[in-house]
Amino acid sequence: MTISTSSYTASELLAVMSARLLRDGQVVFAGVGIPLLAATLAQRLHAPGLTILFEGGVIGAFIEPGKLPPSTNEQRCTRRANMVLSSTDVLLLLQRGYVDIGFMGGAQIDQFGNLNSSFIGDLSGAIGRPATRLPGTGGGNDIASLTQMIVAMKHEKRRFVNRVDFVTSPGFLCGAESRREAGLIAGGMYRVVTDLGLFGFDERSKRMQLQALHPGVTVGQVQESTGFELVVAPDLPVTDPPTAGELAALRHLDPDRLYTA
Amino acid sequence: MTLDYAELCRRTRERDRSLREKVMSLGEAAALVPDGAAVGIGGSTLSRTPMAMIWALIRARRKDLFCARSITSSEGELLFASETSRHILTSWFSQGIVWGVSRIMRLYTEAGRARFEEWSHLAVGLRFRAGAMGVPFLPMRSMMGSDVAGRLPEVRLIDCPFTGEKLVLVPALNPDVALIHVQRCDAYGNAQIDGLPFMDVDLAMAANRVILTTERIVSNDQIRRAPDHTKIPFMAVDAVVEVPFGSAPHECYGLYEPLFRHLDAYAAQIRQDPEGGIRAYLDRYFYGPKSWTEYLDLLGLDELLDARRRGTSIHDN
Repeated sequence: MTISTSSYTASELLAVMSARLLRDGQVVFAGVGIPLLAATLAQRLHAPGLTILFEGGVIGAFIEPGKLPPSTNEQRCTRRANMVLSSTDVLLLLQRGYVDIGFMGGAQIDQFGNLNSSFIGDLSGAIGRPATRLPGTGGGNDIASLTQMIVAMKHEKRRFVNRVDFVTSPGFLCGAESRREAGLIAGGMYRVVTDLGLFGFDERSKRMQLQALHPGVTVGQVQESTGFELVVAPDLPVTDPPTAGELAALRHLDPDRLYTA
Repeated sequence: MTLDYAELCRRTRERDRSLREKVMSLGEAAALVPDGAAVGIGGSTLSRTPMAMIWALIRARRKDLFCARSITSSEGELLFASETSRHILTSWFSQGIVWGVSRIMRLYTEAGRARFEEWSHLAVGLRFRAGAMGVPFLPMRSMMGSDVAGRLPEVRLIDCPFTGEKLVLVPALNPDVALIHVQRCDAYGNAQIDGLPFMDVDLAMAANRVILTTERIVSNDQIRRAPDHTKIPFMAVDAVVEVPFGSAPHECYGLYEPLFRHLDAYAAQIRQDPEGGIRAYLDRYFYGPKSWTEYLDLLGLDELLDARRRGTSIHDN
């Protein structure tokens, strides 16, 4: 089988680019979907000693290729784990400070990295009911409140908004020191990975900052797909495209394209 | 749901906590759950869901149950659509990420026909833990600054009396009854759980009544040979019901995985026609069968054996 390096889906790009951000020896708390896949990919490439935690109550899993779980609460998530424990206790590892990186997807994000996975639409109206009810926080609020975060999501204008309709999982709230002032002493947004580029957060204003472009993408294109004014880093490198090796490993993990369609 | 401590103790004292046999049928166990009860549901998402007990409550036409579960999957859709519950407290509500956002959850909550009360996953866990500890609340460091907490009048923000740091307090949740499915227990209710425990131990100890469903009833001698595997003690348990494949079409760790083809077909049926689809599903799989065995027969031997093969395969390497 030959694998084309020039063609990959947006989800595959997300998985490869975010896997590269994870370091061997780290402890990463991963959500289902691209985060689980990218963390597992990192284990198989450059980070064999990456410890993956799942909110179902798992420490140190190695997901079996082709057997991706439908959530992080099934037995497939426990393969070759060091320990299973209660969901409450695995989440408390975040609060106790044992986790290096929280890694999640998102439905909607704003310029301060706040994530919304609860409601799309205006909740303040007369009936107080949203246009769309989403599945909710799960452990997302806990992870984003308690540790450094990597978020992987598709870059669309309706998803990258000036202000999220609802803060499900806190980023830097209103920017500057507002996160700390709200009582969130630890953690905060670290990186946002999209199919257009890599983003960090300005140290003082805490606004999202474009830090690298994926091959063939322009700043104008990113701004066009973003609902707020972008902060752009002075130095803007271009990422290396996914390699044949990375794509082959990824497709071996998700042959049915359950997460990467 | 946060009980006065004297009342919590009174309810516990009133239960028969002696070492006694408490094996009964699904129907008899369902009679222990009155309309309007606060029900804690064990397992999480597609795992160790007490499906047989939920099936029995829906068939018994229970009304207005307030349900609480760590993460809610298709069982929540069925509780809403059967009007068994109009209020579910949980951290996440959809069948599973691979099937997208729940059409039924949207249909019921967006029209105000039912309520999805959203707490963070850790908050749900600490509410059960506070309940299990016999204290009225526990402090935590998430939910601050978010709109999740903003929608919950029961959440309190305090300055820590020791450090001055801001903390969130979440109130104990002591359900009237907990429904928990396990791999095995004895006739007294000593329950052994394999694999992921989720919040089930805290839930059992928080609840004022526990109904266990179990894949298999084993002898008390067998329990006593491996007491370190016992996760829920008999004194907390009020009913034991033996139901093989009691989580199907969800999974039970080490025994069977989810029945994926069935769940795909269920999701497709709902996608096509949410209201009619789930109504037809309830008629066919919940109200129609005469017994749990007949329900399993409808799920099909092919699917059950395939799920069993996949489930037990974790013992192979």
